[in-house]
Amino acid sequence: MSRGIKQITSEAIVIFKDNIDTDILIPKNYLKTTKRTGFEKALFAPWRYDSQGKPIADFPLNMPENQGKKILIAGENFGCGSSREHAAWALQDFGIDIVIAGSYSPIFYMNYINNLKLPVVLGRTEREALIEADLPITVDLEAKTVSAGNLEYTFEIERDYRNKLIKGLDNIEEILIYEDLIEAYEAEYAK
Amino acid sequence: MKTLFDKIWDKHKIVSEDDKDLLYVDLHLIHEVTSPQAFEGLRLNNRKLRRPDLTFATMDHNTPTIPEHRENVSDPLSREQLCSLEENCREFGVKLFDMSSENNGIVHMIGPELGLSIPGKTIVCGDSHTATHGAMGAIAFGIGTSEVENVFATQCIWQTKPKNLGVKVTGKSSANVFAKDIILKLIADNGVAFGTGYAIEFFGEAIEALNVEERLSLCNMSIEAGAKFGLIKPDQKTLDYIEGRPYAPQGDDFEQYKKDIEDLFTDSEQAYDKIITLDISDLKPQISYGTNPAMTVSLDQPFPQIETTEDTRAYQYMGLEPGMTAAQIPVEFVFIGSCTNGRINDLRIVAEIMQDQVIADNITCVIVPGSMQVLKQAEAEGLVDIFKEAGCEMRYPGCSYCLAMNEDRVEPGVHCASTSNRNFEGRQGEGSRTHLMSPYMAAKTAINGRIVDE
Repeated sequence: MSRGIKQITSEAIVIFKDNIDTDILIPKNYLKTTKRTGFEKALFAPWRYDSQGKPIADFPLNMPENQGKKILIAGENFGCGSSREHAAWALQDFGIDIVIAGSYSPIFYMNYINNLKLPVVLGRTEREALIEADLPITVDLEAKTVSAGNLEYTFEIERDYRNKLIKGLDNIEEILIYEDLIEAYEAEYAK
Repeated sequence: MKTLFDKIWDKHKIVSEDDKDLLYVDLHLIHEVTSPQAFEGLRLNNRKLRRPDLTFATMDHNTPTIPEHRENVSDPLSREQLCSLEENCREFGVKLFDMSSENNGIVHMIGPELGLSIPGKTIVCGDSHTATHGAMGAIAFGIGTSEVENVFATQCIWQTKPKNLGVKVTGKSSANVFAKDIILKLIADNGVAFGTGYAIEFFGEAIEALNVEERLSLCNMSIEAGAKFGLIKPDQKTLDYIEGRPYAPQGDDFEQYKKDIEDLFTDSEQAYDKIITLDISDLKPQISYGTNPAMTVSLDQPFPQIETTEDTRAYQYMGLEPGMTAAQIPVEFVFIGSCTNGRINDLRIVAEIMQDQVIADNITCVIVPGSMQVLKQAEAEGLVDIFKEAGCEMRYPGCSYCLAMNEDRVEPGVHCASTSNRNFEGRQGEGSRTHLMSPYMAAKTAINGRIVDE
């Protein structure tokens, strides 16, 4: 089965704040593991649980109607701060396959893509309209469109990363096709 | 016409596709938190680590800073991470500076210190503060764990080339202003994302005037401006700094190396895609009051009015109000250390202030050197005695209170004057309230019991 993303339709969870940092996405106490999975409960922990560790009922991730949704709409500079890929893993484990934000921290952006998840960049007006419409959203990566009801927006993504996500390409295989060039470089500059 | 960044990038480019280039990596630094899943990936796919000779490991994020606790780490999860790093390094043949090594320290300390991070290299590490090493005149950037695994397996990494942002810093600063104030001021003026999509090169007379360790502090916080990359042109100070360090080129090799890097400078200011400027002639010490590094004011400047819901939340979290000044913050804790300000240069500045002084009654001050080398040097210079006599706690190296992943944490609600790099909610411990500042101001705060320069 292909791991690629072509088209996903889902309602969205909305956490429409700027500068959501990776300490909020997953605090350090959840990083002490040698595994790549099991971070579902850690996602947004500082905002999701009270000081006794009880879920805060009106936090979006805790609302029953939001369970199973695959899209998250957020603000600007999403994923800023630490390079921890655990933030991407936590989103993945919770089931968020697509984030729609105004902009991303560069390290988070690559981490999310490397896990074959899609970071969509959309302007503030467009995101506000999607939130206002409150309808199922279809993200079509081949067409580079986000649509909901009568709304349809196009978004930009690097051609290589789009290709990688659609085909579900393996990171290392993508490099090793150039093994000859790497060996030649090493022979010249990095013996 | 090329920038310094372009020149290093182009030399390491193996091949290009549409929007990305495959770069060869000269130095891969790893630590216990972001590497275990990458090693596991190698094992699952039966892959080798391509260049163990270009890979170096340290323990830093989880390591206790109380010497007796380092023998037997009590937190089972931390211990497992540290042990698995040890086992992974043994299995894959990677040199590890473990807690008992005289070269142990925070990953961004040991690179420059050992002469591993030198001009012209491409350097990666699974840590966002990797731009620190860019201060040596290198391309250095933080990567995620998938990318750590890529580099393990191939010694290469795909990257989209960022644009070039020149940050020109001019003027002569007053004696109480340091690199930390420059970077905080740049972020306060231009926001936490002004560097997103760019590699930042810091240049200008004020940058040339900084010593190498101050430059490391400056580049360290590039990520707090949204930039993965921050770098500074190598000069005579850089060469003097690396000469004789254990992993730097030695003897005739060093002479040849100096020739090889002669072209490492930006040809013309026109080569930058964008330039922003800062004149530091009137710059004052910078203090953060909120929950991101742009929420920063000059020492005597009142905190600004609330404009956004983020501001409201920040003031609420910090227990502060618009119109207050830094002097009114009820500080109880001072942390001096981290990959931003845990160098010998920083400890000398602190010691000069603390000499023959005692910290205020309301203050707990903990000093965590960035590396064992710094600790040894501080002991040799008598700085440790000064700190102890002033009433500070002197610890062993590690990331410590900067991210509170080991046992060191600031208590909920406590205001901490901190030389670290992030003031996010909960960063220094659940409910902790961080105020970013220079080591100079942190030391002044410890002595005066409040954030004042007296």
